[in-house]
Amino acid sequence: MQFMASKQPENSLLGPESDSQRTLYPYVTGTSVVALKYKDGILMAADMGGSYGSTLRYKSVQRMKPIGKHSLLGASGEISDFQEILSYLDELILYDNMWDDGNSLGPKEVHNYLTRVMYNRRNKFNPLWNSLVLGGVKNGQKYLGTVSMIGVNFEDNHVATGFGNHLARPILRQEWHENLSFEDGVRLLEKCMRVLLYRDRSAVNKLQIAKITEDGVTISQPYSLKTYWEFSAFENPAQGAI
Amino acid sequence: MFRNQYDTDVTTWSPAGRLFQVEYAMEAVKQGSAAIGLRSKTHVVLGCVNKANSELSSHQKKIFKVDDHIGVAIAGLTADGRVLSRYMRNECINYSFTYESPLPVGRLVVQLADKAQVLNLILAVKLLFVCDRTSQYNTGNGLCHKKDNLKRITQYGLCIVDVIAHVVSVTELNVIVKSRGYLHIILVCTQRSWKRPYGVGLLVAGLDESGAHLYYNCPSGNYFEYQAFAIGSRSQAAKTYLERRFENFTDSSRDDLVKDAITAIRETLQGETLKSSICTIAVVGVGEPFHVLDQGTVQQIIDTFETAAEQEDPATEPDAATGQEAAAEQGTAADQGGSTDEGAAPMDI
Repeated sequence: MQFMASKQPENSLLGPESDSQRTLYPYVTGTSVVALKYKDGILMAADMGGSYGSTLRYKSVQRMKPIGKHSLLGASGEISDFQEILSYLDELILYDNMWDDGNSLGPKEVHNYLTRVMYNRRNKFNPLWNSLVLGGVKNGQKYLGTVSMIGVNFEDNHVATGFGNHLARPILRQEWHENLSFEDGVRLLEKCMRVLLYRDRSAVNKLQIAKITEDGVTISQPYSLKTYWEFSAFENPAQGAI
Repeated sequence: MFRNQYDTDVTTWSPAGRLFQVEYAMEAVKQGSAAIGLRSKTHVVLGCVNKANSELSSHQKKIFKVDDHIGVAIAGLTADGRVLSRYMRNECINYSFTYESPLPVGRLVVQLADKAQVLNLILAVKLLFVCDRTSQYNTGNGLCHKKDNLKRITQYGLCIVDVIAHVVSVTELNVIVKSRGYLHIILVCTQRSWKRPYGVGLLVAGLDESGAHLYYNCPSGNYFEYQAFAIGSRSQAAKTYLERRFENFTDSSRDDLVKDAITAIRETLQGETLKSSICTIAVVGVGEPFHVLDQGTVQQIIDTFETAAEQEDPATEPDAATGQEAAAEQGTAADQGGSTDEGAAPMDI
């Protein structure tokens, strides 16, 4: 109770809104999403973990979802906020389809819409605690972009969120090139995901790879990466001890 | 069309199922000076006749750029056209901001049509007075703008008295109330309609992913897509010309399309010399944002086919001219015949 009372003065600057709920910290979070452009479209990878603080609590969380006919959205951060974003986009796509006029929202439009949503929420001090990756193909044009919880957005040939920015992107900068084949793209993504699995404590060894092309979205079944632990230092850990 | 007892109000149906005010609004379009539009697969051209009131004045602006990829030509009450252009520009810019993508023409046109249709239904809300929750109210006649009246009323604890007409919806009313700091409203719906239909026809020309489009928006709230069309006074002559040639438009080059537009405008002038000072041409196309051609360019194009016409057999010219006039007369007669015919209302095309 005392803890609660000490919080009150800080929030009261906001006036009558201080009693309403707003996101202060994330609770159930997903870790990195990594994506790259390849010959036929976009490849995206994310593991299926939902961490509750430092506990790897949920292991079957789908963090990538198709949006409309032309886009694929991957999210890291608060899972409940991701679900709310999916609900906004559902409504957006529904109204788009209701026009029934042959026009449809492509990945660029969805990306900009999400940027507006994220930025507006940030301005109200009630952010959607997510970093989003939006990829898609429309009329032969490939598109890959990202939006953060504060509304920072940009497009690139390869993007990642969270730890992926630090561990995966350097690999992609070295090894990505135009017109990767599907197999090369998957191999490159798996290389990035493996590094993340070794080094990111909130990663779980159960991932999905999603592909989006002009023909549509395919999300693979969950699978695990092979890892290697037979280092001599691990076999005989006490060797160097005094 | 003759006056009848069902035509005072836009919200009154006639026994034959017609809304006369809307049909009268469409007459206003026919009185405006001509505007034409035609399209190919990749370009759309708009043209209009500019009649200035006198040699001293400038002419009315009838072609508006709505966005880089959309433009509109109007015929009828140009003031209404200006207001609608502002609305269209607003819609385009809002869409661009949210989606960073140009608004598809078909959607803009539907929004315009919905706007026209709603106006035919609106009942005005006459706000009689505003008071705060604790005090009593006085109905009065509601029109107390004068300061002494206000003073008198505030003695009784009223906040303010105001009349807000032209309100479109309850949400708009709430906005007005909040912005002026009123606490409580009491309002009475009148049975009188305060708003009239827009008296302007719009030729919307635009380009989007699915290609080049030309739409015509009526005051009735209907819209149609066209390969080529003409509206306004003496537009029948232009329509006849366009009907003869429209099958070739899809594959026309941009320059041929512009020539056809200028020729169609010449048809509506019916004998007057065609000069670049009395017509305006605008183009939008692939790789070409919407813009109005400057007078010099237009005059050059006019000059090219005036010289070509001179080289043609002069004997054919008078025949062609009389033929067109006859067709034009038949056209206008058909228009009048159609409107007195009780069976088909003009807007039910």
